[in-house]
Amino acid sequence: LNGLLRYGLMIFIALVLFGLILLVSGRSPIGSYRDIFTSTLGSAYGFSEVLVAMTPMLLTALAVALPSRIGLINVGVEGQLYMGACFATWGALTFSDLPAWVLLPGMALLGMIGGGLWALIPGILRAMGLVNETITTLLMNSVAPMLVSFAVFGFWHSPMDTNKTPNFAPSARLPTLFGTRVDLSLLIGLALLVLFWFFMKSTRWGLEMRAIGGNPQAALRNGIPYRTYVISALCVGGAIAGLAGMAQVSGFYGVLLANFSRGTGFMGFLISWLAGGDPLGIVVTSFVVAVITSGGNLLQLTRDLPYAMINILLALTLFVVLAKPQLARRRKPA
Amino acid sequence: VTFLSALGVLSSAIFSGTSLLYTTLGEIFDQRSGTVNLGLEGVLLVSASAGFSVTFITGNPYLGVLVSALAGGLMNLILGYLTITRRASQLASGLALMFFGFGLSAWIGRPYVGARITGLPRLPLPGVSALPVLYRSLFQFDPLIYLVLPAAVLAWWLLFRTRWGLGLRAVGESADAAFASGRDPRLIRYQALFVGGLFAGLGAAHLSIAYAMNWTEYMTAGRGFIAVALVIFSKWHPIRAIVGALLFSGAVAFQLLLQSSGIHISPFLLDTIPYVLTIAVLIAWGGTRRHSAPASLGRVYQGTE
Repeated sequence: LNGLLRYGLMIFIALVLFGLILLVSGRSPIGSYRDIFTSTLGSAYGFSEVLVAMTPMLLTALAVALPSRIGLINVGVEGQLYMGACFATWGALTFSDLPAWVLLPGMALLGMIGGGLWALIPGILRAMGLVNETITTLLMNSVAPMLVSFAVFGFWHSPMDTNKTPNFAPSARLPTLFGTRVDLSLLIGLALLVLFWFFMKSTRWGLEMRAIGGNPQAALRNGIPYRTYVISALCVGGAIAGLAGMAQVSGFYGVLLANFSRGTGFMGFLISWLAGGDPLGIVVTSFVVAVITSGGNLLQLTRDLPYAMINILLALTLFVVLAKPQLARRRKPA
Repeated sequence: VTFLSALGVLSSAIFSGTSLLYTTLGEIFDQRSGTVNLGLEGVLLVSASAGFSVTFITGNPYLGVLVSALAGGLMNLILGYLTITRRASQLASGLALMFFGFGLSAWIGRPYVGARITGLPRLPLPGVSALPVLYRSLFQFDPLIYLVLPAAVLAWWLLFRTRWGLGLRAVGESADAAFASGRDPRLIRYQALFVGGLFAGLGAAHLSIAYAMNWTEYMTAGRGFIAVALVIFSKWHPIRAIVGALLFSGAVAFQLLLQSSGIHISPFLLDTIPYVLTIAVLIAWGGTRRHSAPASLGRVYQGTE
C-alpha cells in the first residue's frame, strides 16, 4: 500500500506540472483532467478504448522483460514490431483467400518469425562476443521502418494511396470482443504474461535464466549453456514484439501503414523498466500509460491541442518516477 | 553523369549533412563524459521548434539560432538531473526525454505550422561569383554551414587540447578514478551535457531556420538516431565525424544522381546505409577495446557514500 501511495503521489506531481502547461495555453487544467478521466474510465466505451491502447504495450513490454531476466537490454522492440507487421502483412496479402482459422495463426506465426529473425542478428553478435546487443538492437530499430516503407511504397500500396496497403480481407482481421475495438490480442498478451510468470517461477529454464541473471559467470561454470540462452531469449523477445506488430496491423489498423508506430516499442521498454520486468507490474503500468495516451485524443478533440502534447504528461510522469523523489523523509533507526 | 550533377550531390550533401554534424558533435560531448543521450531526437525537435518560433516572432534568425542552441542545452540538463543527480538509468531517462520532446515541440510549434520565415541568409562562397549562375546557386551557403567545420575543430580542441576536455574524457573512462584525482564527475557531466546540447541545438537550428525554413511535427525524422550511429562510426572523434556526416548524407544525395542517370534504387534502402555501415564497422572491430568507446559509457556514477 505504501508503494501504491508513493506512485499515486508521483502521478499527482506530474499532473500538477502538466496542469501548469495547460494553464499557460489558456485551457482549464481541472476541466481537462475531468474530461480525460470521465472519457477514459467513466464510460464502458472509454474503458474499452483504454484497453485498446494498452494491448500493444503488454506485448512490447514483455518483449523487453524476457531478455532482461538474463541481463540483456533489448532496445530494439520498435524494429522487431515493424518486421513482425511486415511479415504478417505479406501473409495477409498473399493468402487472403484462406479462411480465418488458417490465415490468422499463419499471420501470427509469420509475425513472430519476422520479429524473431530481426532479433536473431543482435543475439548472434552478442553470443559471439562481437557487439553489445544494446547498440545493435538500437541501430536496427531505424532500419526496419525503412524496409517496411520500401515494401509498401514499392510493391504493396493500394491503387489509391502510396503509403499504405489495401485494407485486409475480413479473414485477415483479428476478431474483436463484445462489439468494441478491443481485439483478441489483449487476451493473448495477458495469457503470455501469465505464461511468462509461470515459466520463470516453475520451469527448469526459468530457474536457469534466473541463475544467469544473478551471476552469468557462475551459471556458465555450472554448465548452463549461456550462449544458447542469449540467442533464444533475444529471439523469443523479438518474436513477441513481432506478434505485437502482427496484432497492430491485423487487429487495430487492418492495413499496413508506413511509419504506423511512433515509439510503441520504446514505450514497451520504458514500461518494462518501470515495472522491473514483473508481469503484474507490466499490466498495471501499461494500464496507467494507456489512460494517459487515450486522454490525448480528448485534448485534441475538445481542447484543440495537438495529440502529441499528451506525450508531455506521459514524459513528466516518467521523469517523476525516474527521479524517485523522497516523499517522506526516511527516519533513521534509533 | 555530368560534372554539374556531381556538384549538385555535393552541395545537397553539405546542406543535409550540416545539421547531422552539429548534432553528432553534441552527442560526442555527451558520450565522452559517459552519458548516452537517447533523447537526442526529442532535444532536436524542441530546439527546432523553439528556434523557429522565435525567428517567426522576432523576425531575427540569429536570435532564433541562439534560442535553439540554449533550448538544446536546457533539454540536456533535464537528462543530467535525472541521470546525474537522481542516478536514474540513462537509457530509460533518454527515452523519456525523447517522448517529452515529441510533446513539448508539438506544443511550442503548434501556432507556427505552415508559417513562413526569412531564414538565415545564403552567402556565396568567396570566389564563385565568377562562375556561371547555375554553379553559383549551388555554392551559396548560410553562416551555420560555414561555421560547421570550425565547430568540429573547436569540439576537437575542447576535448583533446584543454584541461577541461581532459577531465571530461577522464570522467567518461572512469568516473571513480577521475573523482580520486580531485575532479567532480557530476559537475563535469553536467557541463558536458550542456555543451553537447548547445551543439545539438545548432544542428536543429540549421534544420528549421536555414534548411527547411518551416516547422512540422516530427520534422527531424530520425536524425537524432542517425547521429547516435554516427558517433560510433566516427569512434567518438569530432574530426572523423566530419567524414562520417558527409558520407551519410552523401548516400542520400547520391540517390538523386543515380536517378538522373536512369538507375533507380529505392531511397528507403539508401536511407538504411548509415545504420548498416555502422553495424558492419562494429562487427569489424569485434569485441576488442581498441575502438575507443569511453569505458564507463552508460554507467551511472554512484558517488562515494
